[in-house]
Amino acid sequence: MIALSDYLLFGSILFMISMAGIFLNRKNVIILLMSIELLLLAVNTNLIAFSYYLNDVTGQIFVFFILTVAAAEAAIGLAIIVLVFRNRKSINVDDLDSLKG
Amino acid sequence: MTFLEVIFYLLASIAIISGLMMISIKNPVQAALWLVLGFIATAGIWITAQAEFLGLVLILVYVGALMVLFLFVVMMLDVNITQIKERFTAYLPLGILTSIAIFAIMYMVIGPDRYGVDQMPVPKSMPADFSNTKLLAIPLYTEHAYAFVLAAVLLLVGIVAAITLTLRRRAPSVVLYQDIDKQVKVQRNDRFKIIKMDAVVEEDVKPIDEDEEGKK
Repeated sequence: MIALSDYLLFGSILFMISMAGIFLNRKNVIILLMSIELLLLAVNTNLIAFSYYLNDVTGQIFVFFILTVAAAEAAIGLAIIVLVFRNRKSINVDDLDSLKG
Repeated sequence: MTFLEVIFYLLASIAIISGLMMISIKNPVQAALWLVLGFIATAGIWITAQAEFLGLVLILVYVGALMVLFLFVVMMLDVNITQIKERFTAYLPLGILTSIAIFAIMYMVIGPDRYGVDQMPVPKSMPADFSNTKLLAIPLYTEHAYAFVLAAVLLLVGIVAAITLTLRRRAPSVVLYQDIDKQVKVQRNDRFKIIKMDAVVEEDVKPIDEDEEGKK
């Protein structure tokens, strides 16, 4: 029998991996965007597991909307990356410091 | 161990390994391909939790559309791979430490003590002809109809934003553009001019006498 905690722990391991990915990759914005996608996927796994164990379909509807928002976000993020690369000839995170943040 | 458990642990380990490979590999194209494998394994895990429709949507939308978009952008940008992972190890201890610390805290909250089989019993599985799509569709189009319309508007905004950001005006010597405002605004007088001319009577042309020409 697969317990609910198995699904939740799987989701949290995936979440930690993608969070470590955001920490480690300072040279490529595209891998940062991929890590964000994996992070959203881990959160969605939580929602689906709870929806299964509590017999409530609302969690799956939430996942549906999160997938929509994530797709729109990835499309705009990639458009911004293309624009940055066209202007700066680099997508290195360390080079993008014109705001002095 | 039941068959479902074997499938679950197999897919979970595939997803975790592909996630680790994605964040640690040098080449962005290979990272995208590892992420595709992770998405497919996670879709399988969603299907074991009886969310069949969302599992299939994950494969169709994410693997079929979004990751292809990622691969397209990665290949288009021509990034210099050799200098990508220069300072990879600089943040490695910090990343590992933060991840393990947060995971330890999460394990205390969502571990088997609180959400094990005893606390949350496994729900009985649905019959073979049960439709997850129908279960999802009825509340989506009734209770959550406004959110559904809003999601459609959000996708439209996303399309407009992505196209506007990447649209590039090039010099008229390279590409000619249509200016629709100017085309609509144009008047008759901008395009052709009527010139008044005096009427001129032309002289009659005298017919050539062929016989005289021949005599010369």
